[in-house]
Amino acid sequence: MAFLPIEIASASVLLLLLATLVSALLRKNQRLLINAVFVIASAASLTAVAAGIWTVGSGVTGKLTLLIGLPDLPFHLRLDPLAGFFLTVIGLLAFFVSIYSIGYVKGYLGQRSVTRLVVFYCLFLAGMFMVVLADDALFFLVAWEAMAAASYFLVMFEDEHIENRRAAFLYMVVAHVGAIAILLSFGVMAGLATGFENFNGYTFDAMRQANFPLEWATVAFLLAFFGFSAKAGVIPLHVWLPEAHPVAPSNVSALMSGVMLKTAIYGMVRITFDLIRVFPWWWGAIVLSLGLISAVMGVLYALMQHDLKRLLAYHSVENIGIILIGIGLAMIFHSFNLPTMAALALIAGLYHTMNHAVFKGLLFMGAGAVLHATHERNMEEMGGLIHHMPWTAALFLVGCISISALPPFNGFVSEWLTFQAFLLSPSLPNQMMKLLMPMGAALLALTGALAAACFVKAFGVVFLGHWRGHQNTHIHEVDWPMRIGMTMAAVTCLGLGILPTVFIDWMDVLPEQLLGAKLAPSATGMGWLWLTPVAPERASYSGVVVFLGILFVYGIVYFVLHVKPGKIRKGAIWDCGFEKLTPRMQYNATSFSMPIRRIFGFLFSIKEEVKLAPQTAHAAFPQKLHYYLRVRDRFWNWIYKPVAEVSFWISRKVGRLQQGNIQAYLIYSFVTIVVLLLFTR
Amino acid sequence: MEGFLVQTLQIAVLIGLAPALVGWVRMLKCWMQGRTSASLFQPYLDLLKLFSKDIVLAENASWIFRFTPYLLFGTTVLAGAVIPMLSTDLPLAATADVIVLVGLFAIARFFTALAGMDIGTAFGGMGSSREMTVASLAEPAMLMAIFTVSLGCKSTSLSRIVEAGALLKPSLAFAFLAFVLIALAETGRIPVDNPSTHLELTMLHEAMILEYSGRHLALVEWAGMMKLFLFMALLSALFFPWGIAETGKLSHIPIAGAVLLLKLAVSGMGLVLIETGLAKMRLFRLTEFLGSAFLMATLGMLSFFILD
Amino acid sequence: MNIQIAAQINSFIAAFVLLAAFGMLVQKRIYSLIHLFAWQGLFLSISTAIVGYVANKHHLYISSILTLSLKVVLLPYILHVLVVRLKIRKQAETVLNIPLTMMIGIALVIFSYHLTAPVRELSTLITRSTLAVALATVMIGLLMMITRKHAVTQIIGFLAMENGLFFAATSATYGMPLVVELGVALDVLIAAFIFGIFFFHIHSTFDSLDVKQMSRLKEDL
Repeated sequence: MAFLPIEIASASVLLLLLATLVSALLRKNQRLLINAVFVIASAASLTAVAAGIWTVGSGVTGKLTLLIGLPDLPFHLRLDPLAGFFLTVIGLLAFFVSIYSIGYVKGYLGQRSVTRLVVFYCLFLAGMFMVVLADDALFFLVAWEAMAAASYFLVMFEDEHIENRRAAFLYMVVAHVGAIAILLSFGVMAGLATGFENFNGYTFDAMRQANFPLEWATVAFLLAFFGFSAKAGVIPLHVWLPEAHPVAPSNVSALMSGVMLKTAIYGMVRITFDLIRVFPWWWGAIVLSLGLISAVMGVLYALMQHDLKRLLAYHSVENIGIILIGIGLAMIFHSFNLPTMAALALIAGLYHTMNHAVFKGLLFMGAGAVLHATHERNMEEMGGLIHHMPWTAALFLVGCISISALPPFNGFVSEWLTFQAFLLSPSLPNQMMKLLMPMGAALLALTGALAAACFVKAFGVVFLGHWRGHQNTHIHEVDWPMRIGMTMAAVTCLGLGILPTVFIDWMDVLPEQLLGAKLAPSATGMGWLWLTPVAPERASYSGVVVFLGILFVYGIVYFVLHVKPGKIRKGAIWDCGFEKLTPRMQYNATSFSMPIRRIFGFLFSIKEEVKLAPQTAHAAFPQKLHYYLRVRDRFWNWIYKPVAEVSFWISRKVGRLQQGNIQAYLIYSFVTIVVLLLFTR
Repeated sequence: MEGFLVQTLQIAVLIGLAPALVGWVRMLKCWMQGRTSASLFQPYLDLLKLFSKDIVLAENASWIFRFTPYLLFGTTVLAGAVIPMLSTDLPLAATADVIVLVGLFAIARFFTALAGMDIGTAFGGMGSSREMTVASLAEPAMLMAIFTVSLGCKSTSLSRIVEAGALLKPSLAFAFLAFVLIALAETGRIPVDNPSTHLELTMLHEAMILEYSGRHLALVEWAGMMKLFLFMALLSALFFPWGIAETGKLSHIPIAGAVLLLKLAVSGMGLVLIETGLAKMRLFRLTEFLGSAFLMATLGMLSFFILD
Repeated sequence: MNIQIAAQINSFIAAFVLLAAFGMLVQKRIYSLIHLFAWQGLFLSISTAIVGYVANKHHLYISSILTLSLKVVLLPYILHVLVVRLKIRKQAETVLNIPLTMMIGIALVIFSYHLTAPVRELSTLITRSTLAVALATVMIGLLMMITRKHAVTQIIGFLAMENGLFFAATSATYGMPLVVELGVALDVLIAAFIFGIFFFHIHSTFDSLDVKQMSRLKEDL
C-alpha cells in the first residue's frame, strides 16, 4: 500500500494530536506519561522526516483539502519540496529532542506536574508541522497562532518565578505584533489576487497566479518581512529571544531556538520566492543588511553574557543573521537574473538552516544536561565538568566546533558556501553593490571569528579548569536517553560536514523550483568526495579528506611517538611556580571577553565599576574589591521604551472615555447609532 | 603518481626545514642586534631534547590537553600539503582552497585556546582570551585580502592563483601589505606578540602552552615553526609565485626547491627587519594595527575596481 | 615607453597618493604627518610628469617642478619650522577614534567612485580612472580637518585638499592652464605664511593651539 508523502505528514500531525489526548488520560502516572508520550512524539517526528525526505528527493508536490475551518474557507494542505525540506529539518531535531526529553523531563518528577509540559510540547510540534504544510493564509495563521500559544505555555512552565512570567509576556507581545503584520501582508496579497471582490484569494495558489503591482508587492513584502523577523529574532526585534529561551525548559529551548525560528525563515522564503516571484534588487539588499547587522550584533551580545542559555539564545540571533545573508544574496542575484549564483546563495542559506537546527539543538541539549546536573545556569559558578560529565562534554564540544564554523564539521560547509556566494559578487552589474559586498563578506568573517572566541569561552569556562562555585555539589553524568539524543545530533553534525555533496544533491530540487537553476551538476561535478560549487577551478573543498587527513597524521605521529613511550608523571600545576592557586583565580566568562568588551563596547551601554571595600589593614594590601558590570542592549532605550511609553500615553488618554458614569455610556451608544444611521442612508 | 611523490616531498620539506627557518631568523636577529647567535640547527637540538624528556602533566588535565598537540601538528601538516610550495601538481590541493586553509588554522587555534583554559590557571585563560581577540580582529582583514587576490584570477583555489601568475597591480600591492600585517598577527611575532618573552603578562601564544612539557611541547613548538614556514610560503606563493613548478614538469622541482629556499631566506630577513625595528604593541593598540591591515586590504579591493 | 605602461604606472602612483592620504588621516605624530604630506607631494609631481610625457603637454613639466619645489621642499620646511618654534607637542589628538575614522574614509572613497562613474564613461583621457582617487583625496583632506583638534594638523588637511584638487585637474583635463597653476601655487604659499603668522598670535594668546580653546571666544549668555 503506497502512501503519498502528504498523507504521511498528516498522519504525523494526527499522531501528535493523539498524543495530547493520551497525556490527558495518563496524567496520574507521570513516569508512564513521559515515557509514552515522548516515544509517540519521536515516532511522529520520524514519520515527518520520512515524508520530508521522500518529497524533496522525488520533487513531487502533494495536496489535500480539509473541510475544517470556516464555511466556504476550507483548510488547504500542500507538501512541496520547500515544505518537505523544512519538515525534514523540524522533524529531525524534534526526533532528537523527543528522545532527549524522556530523560530530561524526568528531572522534574517529584517537583511539579509535567502534564502541562507534555501536552503543550505535542501541540507545539503539531503547530510547527502544520505551519509548514499550510497552503492558504487562514490555515497558516491558525497553525502560527497554535505554535505561538503552545510555546508561550511552555516558556511559562516554571511560572512561580516572576522573571519567567515577564519573559513569556514579552515573547507573546512581540509574537503577536509579528502575527498582525503577517496577517496584513496576507490580506494585501489575497485582496490583490482577486481584486478585492471575494474571499477566494486567501489560498496560496491564488496568490501565486496573481501579478502584483510593484508598490503593493513592496508593502506586502515589508509587512511579511517585519512579521517574520519578529518571530525569527532579527535585530531590532530580537529582544524576546534572550528572555524567553533561557527560562523555558531546555528541551523546549532546543526546539524553539532550533526549529521554531526556522518556520519564520520558511515563511520568508515562501512569500518571496514562491508567492511574489518578481522583485527588485533592493529587497534583497534590505534582507542582506539586516542579516549582517543581526550576525555581528548577535555574536557581540553573546560574548557579553555569563548565563549559558542566554549566550546560546543570542547565538541564535547571529545564526539567523547568517541564514538571512544567504537568502538576501539569493534575492539580489535572482533580481539581476543570475540563476546559478542565486541557487548557490539559496543553498548556502538553507544548508545553514539545517545545520543550525542540528547544532543549536545539540548545544541547548548539552546546556540542559549541565543544568540538570548542577542546577546552575551561571557559567561563572561552573568549571571542570569534563571530569564528571565526559559524554556531555565531548558532545557539547562537537556542538561548539560546529557553530564556530571549523572544518570538518557542518557549520564550516554552510559558511564556506556563503563566502563563495559573496565572492561571486563581482559579476553583478550594479557598481555600488560590487564595492559593498566584500564589506559584507568581511563582516561575516568577523562574525565567525567572534563566534569561535565565544565558544572557547563557553566550553572552557563550563567544562575545563576547576570548579569555580561556592558549594560542593555532587555532579554526575546524565542518563541514557539524554546521551542518545545528543549523540544522534552530534553524528548528524559530522555527517552534514563530511558529506555535503549528498545533501546538496538531495536539496537540489529546491533552487530548481524556486529559482530555475540547479546547483548539483556544478557542485558535485568532481564526484561525491569534492564540493565544487561553481567550478572545480574556482574553489573546492573535501570534508572527508580533511577529516581523514587529520586522523591520519594524528595516527602516524601518535604511533611514531609511542614506539618507545616516555613516562607521564602527574604533578601539581606549574603556573610558573606560583604556589597558592585557588579556583577563583581562573579566568571566567566576564574576564575572558574583556578585551572584546573594551574594543566593541561602544555598541552597547556598558557600566563598569571597581570599588575598594573599606579597609582594615594598610591601603597597599587590599582585602576586598567590588566589581560591578552592567551591559545593556541599546535597543531597549531607542525602540522599546519609547514605544511602551507612547502606548501607555495613548491608553491613558483613551482611558478617559471610561468615566464610570452611566450617562456618558448612554451618550456613546446614542452617538454611535446616529452616525451609523447617517452612513447607511 | 608523480603528484603523490611531489606531495610527500613537499610535506617532508615542510616538516624538515621549518626548524631551520626559525634558526635562520634567530641568527639574523642576533646578528642585527650585535649578539652572538646559536647555530642554524639549534632548534633541531631543542626539539630532540624535548622528545627525550618525560612529560609532567597537571593533575586535572583532561583529554583535550593531551589531544591538542597532535591535532595542532596534524592540521598544520595538512595545511602544508595544500599550499603549492614546490609545484602546483598536488592531488590534495583540491581538498582546500584559501578559505579552508584559514579554517584549518582556526581549528588549531580553537583547540590551543581550549588547552590553555584546561589547566585552570590565570595565565592560560589570559592567553586564550587575548589570542581569540587578536584572531577575531585579523579575520576580516584576512578575508578582504583573500578576496582582493581572488578577484584577479576569479578563483580561491591556491593552485589556480599560483598558475595565474603575479600581476603588477596596485590591488595586489595593497593586498600584500595587508597580508604581511596579518601574517605577523597570526604567527605571533613582534609587534603583536613576542615569541621569546619570559614575562607572562606580555604573552599571547606562549601563555596558552605554558603547561606543556616533553614530547607534547616538542609537537607544539614544531607546529609553531611550521606555521611560520607556511605563512612565508603562502606569501611567496600568492604574491611572488615565480619558480614554482608547473603541473607535470617534474624536472623543475630542484629549481623550485632552490628558489623556495631563496624566497624564505629573503622573507626571513624581512621579518627580522620588522621585528628589530618595531616594539611590541599594547594589546588594545592592536585594533589600530589590524584595522590598518583591513584598510590596506579594502583599498586593494577598491583599487581593483577603480584603477584597473 | 608606450601609453599602457604609463597608464599602469600612473595607477600605481594614484594608489600611493590615496595611501598617503589615509596615512595622514590616521597618523597621530606631527613630524610623520609632515613627512607623509611631503611624500604625497612627491607622488603627485611624478604623476604630473608622467601625464605630461604621455599627453605631450609640456607645461605639465613646469607644473611638476613647481609642485616638487613647493609641496615637497618649501611647505614641509615651513611647517617644520613652525612646529619647532611653537614648541608644539608631538602628538595630535583626534575627535573620533582611529578605526571609525578609517571606516568613514573608506566610505568616502566608495562614494567618490560612485560619483565619478558618469565622467568615466564619457572621458577619453588615459587618466580618467584616477579622478575617483583625486576626489577621494579632497574629501579625506576635509575629513582630516574635521576630525583633528590641533591647528597645525588642520592646515595640513587644507593642503591635502589642495593636493587632491590639483590631482583632479590633472586627471580630468590634463592640467590647468599655466597661469592658473602659478596663481594657485602663489596663493598656497601666501596662505602658508598667513597661517604661520596667525599661529604665532593664537599661541601667544591662548598658550596652546588646540582648537577647542577657541570656544572660549563665544559670548556668555
